[in-house]
Amino acid sequence: MLKSYLSELEGNLMASLKRDDPRGKTVSFFVTCMIDTLHPETGMAAVEVLEHLGCKVVFPKGQTCCGQPAFNGGYWHEARQVAEHYLDIFDDAEVIVTPSGSCATMVIHEFPRLFTDDRERLTQAERLASITWEFTEFIVEGLGVTDLGGKLAEACNFAFHDSCHGLRHMGLKSAARTLVRNIENAEVVELPAADVCCGFGGLFSVKMSEISGAMLDEKTAAICSTPAQVLGGDISCIVHINGGLAKQHRGERMLHIADVLARAIKQEG
Amino acid sequence: MKLQANQFIDAARIALQDDTLYQSVKKATGKAYNGRISTMSETSPEHGQAMRQHAAYARRRGLMGLPDLLELAEQRLTENGVTVLWAVDAAEACAHVQQLANEHGVQKVVKSKSMLSEEIGLNHALEEAGITVVETDLGEYILQLSEEAPSHIVTPVIHKSKESIRDLFVEKINMPLTDEAAEMARFARQVLREDFLTADMGISGGNFVIAETGTLCLATNEGNARMVTTMPHVHVAVVGIEKVIESLEVYAMLAQVLSRSATGQKMTVYNHMINGPRRPDDPDGPEHVVVVFVDNGRSRIYGSTYAEALACIRCGACLNACPIYQQMGGHAYGWVYPGPIGSVVTPLLNGPENASPLPHASSLCGACKEACPVDIDIPRMLLELRHDLVEMGVSDIRFDVGMQAWMRGMTSQMAFMLGSKAASITLRALPIEKMLPRPLSGWTDHREFPTFAPKTFHQLWKERNNEQS
Repeated sequence: MLKSYLSELEGNLMASLKRDDPRGKTVSFFVTCMIDTLHPETGMAAVEVLEHLGCKVVFPKGQTCCGQPAFNGGYWHEARQVAEHYLDIFDDAEVIVTPSGSCATMVIHEFPRLFTDDRERLTQAERLASITWEFTEFIVEGLGVTDLGGKLAEACNFAFHDSCHGLRHMGLKSAARTLVRNIENAEVVELPAADVCCGFGGLFSVKMSEISGAMLDEKTAAICSTPAQVLGGDISCIVHINGGLAKQHRGERMLHIADVLARAIKQEG
Repeated sequence: MKLQANQFIDAARIALQDDTLYQSVKKATGKAYNGRISTMSETSPEHGQAMRQHAAYARRRGLMGLPDLLELAEQRLTENGVTVLWAVDAAEACAHVQQLANEHGVQKVVKSKSMLSEEIGLNHALEEAGITVVETDLGEYILQLSEEAPSHIVTPVIHKSKESIRDLFVEKINMPLTDEAAEMARFARQVLREDFLTADMGISGGNFVIAETGTLCLATNEGNARMVTTMPHVHVAVVGIEKVIESLEVYAMLAQVLSRSATGQKMTVYNHMINGPRRPDDPDGPEHVVVVFVDNGRSRIYGSTYAEALACIRCGACLNACPIYQQMGGHAYGWVYPGPIGSVVTPLLNGPENASPLPHASSLCGACKEACPVDIDIPRMLLELRHDLVEMGVSDIRFDVGMQAWMRGMTSQMAFMLGSKAASITLRALPIEKMLPRPLSGWTDHREFPTFAPKTFHQLWKERNNEQS
């Protein structure tokens, strides 16, 4: 580990994470298990936006989950099985796009760690890591599009909750804000403590539900302090936060960024 | 210090109920958090990141050569007239200090702040031998009076309000009633002055030991360490073996990121660089200086995938940045080192089975790694510790079974489809909240259970494609 840090600083590791230009390639859409079962309309919204941008989108059937719940719980054997299923389903993908910074992190940063002693799977995992993008990152950095040309029927303020994995592993912060800022009639404002965790953390919210709940209470208080529509890039945080708001009878205030982008491009006129 | 990390969840539950604790911790961590960001990025955020990267690199390079550095440090310290002792564990470290106290006829010890001394239970060992020990760091002094353990690496009384300290001083050291913090501190200093004048031995920790020059470095703010290290005729420093660094240049770098990350100061008020006992022409200083290098499990960590945990410079930035620590302070963690780095170090030094909740005491948000001035990948190590716990069989059987079932559902398209459909129907039809068993029912105390969509994305996609074709 000490050695690998030194070599990373010398640039060896960073070089291997560089991704090819994804323009013109077929997008294999990884919807994520949570969007698939809880908010499929958000998945459809993301597809609509990608198609609006001229992407050919395919949906590899039989996809399930990236395995993160098991991986984060320490169940690496189980995580490996699920990850292998993922690798098989997406094996022939040219580009993978997923509307989740967290699942993208799992595929890009953690898959290679799961297969350190399985050369064949490692090669497969490293290739997939190199073609995987989070949804907003793909649009802004992959396709080079910052303005979708969308507009909203009425003026609306938007604030963002920065999901931890997307923010700290993927460096996502500005892409989603840029896309929303460029929608006609949309204004971006800042949420207090936008970069503080909502307390979800997968099994953490079950194992340590009281601590997680206390963190959630701070997040919901911050969200209720702004009249803006709050957006996020990860359905897991959104479900968690909306679940907390609903429990407090304050209404589900959070939406996925894809929902708003899809709404904006339909109003384009 | 008695290890109680396995009671973390219960201790946390109690701590979360304490609003005074929450207010104190939230305020102090917030101040330190903002202070770190503003001083680290004083020139520019990029410069701050560059400093972190240099410091991270320097710490790892130093650790790579640690065995040689330790030998060099011993040689140079000895040349400077410092006695060097080695302790494989807490017992041997305490025995060394006890023996030194015996040799020098010590009756009273004054101490400056040292987390390692807490780790090895040094105060207790000395008191057992009939020696009076006085903590002279104001925070540690307060804790000694109130018979509590520190709850933060740098600001040990972060959990206490000014009012509770006032009441303690009135009760224990007969302070005339005052609400002025400065007046309270002045009174404590006055009481402590007497102890400095009568102590036979001073004990400090060590933030760094510079190998090439044989220098013991301390970063402090109150001035008490200057007296601890100069007034008594014997000065003993207990230092973890991982604290040895290569050179003055490295020290200059680390001293900057340490003070900025710990307290948001560009430099601490005092930066002690001790090069040995008093020389014949020195007007003052101790006649004997002893450095006790303590292993106590560190070489075991050194030889593992967790070696980078040893890069820690104990600044406490990860505690201040941690949204979990912020909720409840450090006592719930049940040992000397709380917060994110504690959740790594406590299981490593005591065995993961003796601190099994700690690696799970994180949402893996990564705020700790982001704050760490030496870029320790704490989330990575927490994940690996979780994996170790599962491999060791130290896991909750309910999760073991659940994970098996989940894995089956997620590795077969058919099972996934049927499973999500069944979940959707069941969860929509039944009053699920009232039926959930522990540990799942904890979830719904703070959140509504999510509703499954009537149709999955798989179904919507299929329908769309049928319409299109």
